[in-house]
Amino acid sequence: MKGKNVQYATELLEAEKSRQGIIPLTEMDNSLTVEDAYQIQLETVKLKIAQGKVIVGKKIGLTSVAMQKMLNVDEPDYGHLFDDMQIENGAIVKVDSMISPKVEAEIGFVLKEDLVGPNITYIDVLMATKYVVPTLEIIDSRVKDWKIKLVDTVADNGSSAKVVVGSKTTTIDLVNLRTISMVLFKNGELQATGAGAAALGHPAYAIAWLANKLAEFGITLKKDELILPGALSAAISVSAGDTIEAKFGALGSVTVHFE
Amino acid sequence: MTLLKDKEKSIIDYLYNAERDVKEVIKVTDEYPTLTIKEAYELQDGLLARKRAESGSKLIGVKLGLTSKAKQEMMGVNEAIYGYLHSDMLSFEWEAVAFSDLIHPKIEPEIAFLMAEDLQGINISAEDVINATKYVAPALEIIDSRYKDFRFTLVDVVADNCSSAKFLVGSNWVSPNSIDLSNIGMVMSKNGKVEQTGSSAAVLGNPATAIAWAVNELGALGKGLKKGDIILSGAMSEAIAFNRGDSVIAEFDGLGSVSMYSK
Repeated sequence: MKGKNVQYATELLEAEKSRQGIIPLTEMDNSLTVEDAYQIQLETVKLKIAQGKVIVGKKIGLTSVAMQKMLNVDEPDYGHLFDDMQIENGAIVKVDSMISPKVEAEIGFVLKEDLVGPNITYIDVLMATKYVVPTLEIIDSRVKDWKIKLVDTVADNGSSAKVVVGSKTTTIDLVNLRTISMVLFKNGELQATGAGAAALGHPAYAIAWLANKLAEFGITLKKDELILPGALSAAISVSAGDTIEAKFGALGSVTVHFE
Repeated sequence: MTLLKDKEKSIIDYLYNAERDVKEVIKVTDEYPTLTIKEAYELQDGLLARKRAESGSKLIGVKLGLTSKAKQEMMGVNEAIYGYLHSDMLSFEWEAVAFSDLIHPKIEPEIAFLMAEDLQGINISAEDVINATKYVAPALEIIDSRYKDFRFTLVDVVADNCSSAKFLVGSNWVSPNSIDLSNIGMVMSKNGKVEQTGSSAAVLGNPATAIAWAVNELGALGKGLKKGDIILSGAMSEAIAFNRGDSVIAEFDGLGSVSMYSK
């Protein structure tokens, strides 16, 4: 089983490198479980670390009711964020560095203390939060045409690709994290709106879920890590020439250009 | 333990089973009229240890009760009481509260304090409490005495963890220095109708004063508040009863709101 996991992990990383999507793992092997999928993801993480990449955070996916319905699941998933995925606010990203990118806006949390599950509450998360920051997550699937089931996206590191981090940081006493507004623009045109509660009711509640889920794998959310608690609206597709901006009210805004 | 061990165990079982089976019981002092308040706190400790062991939940904070003059007079006492909060009591604005888990619940509005650091001592002032507090937030506490008709003596209610059942916290968390804690207005409505109004001053003049009292009580026992703890400082108005299907919202001046839906 372990050999097979390494093989699938290698195929996913190859797809990322060559920008050629693969057929879904669930079509290659319909016996794969979500448990297997997380083990495959952990193999991709090991391979990336062996290449010198450094984990800088985690992301939570499938936190909206709409996404969970689409994939017919009732819980979120997660992936790892690496140093080479970080993009500066306002930077330019090449569309052809990815396969079929989409963008979604999230409230990034940076921790000042480790969070070790199980039994982490969302109060623990808020008490361990150094600040929140506006982010754009660029997602991409290494599975051809985004034909993913839960197992496919979990194995593929939660379909994560890049993360753009805003310049302004805000402590949580200055923002209502459930009602904070998010407005997503493409080339100045409004594409989607949402508020903090779109992430499982409260973004810190999504992070508590993650801390407790990771405890099953002996993984801890670490001090100074960036945690993305889930999209506040549906993801939007992008092409070369697009400028994407998310405005988060009191949290400020974050922008990325595609070429 | 000043109580006989078997008596202690039987009272703890009695209260534990009442909550587990969602069944009201006759108050403990009917059978044990000589129990003291000190013994009641020992029973509370034993009951909470049992609950943590059975549920795998953890201690996350402290709650105060009888913090208003009116309630103290009603009970014929001149001080407040305290109990503890467990992680499985934390409920959410975004998930309905299951009415079937509760016997005859009431709900009351409170200011929650979130501790930036440990706080322990026997001479703690309200100012010390504020200095050790990271955030204050609006909260709703659901109380659900395990005793028939919510009738009990001070000893009974302390042993029953001060009627604690569940609590919810609103999403406006602010620095305690950014708000006048002695003068926060509150309106609590059920199904769109105003049921109670009040002010944080109803809590011993200032909720931080109530917490200082509790810290000093705990300090005398060598205990204290821990960094990260949440403290429910006491009701800002009378509690109101609710039923399956009811929505309750408490709106606080300068602190936003917190709401509860029971199904």
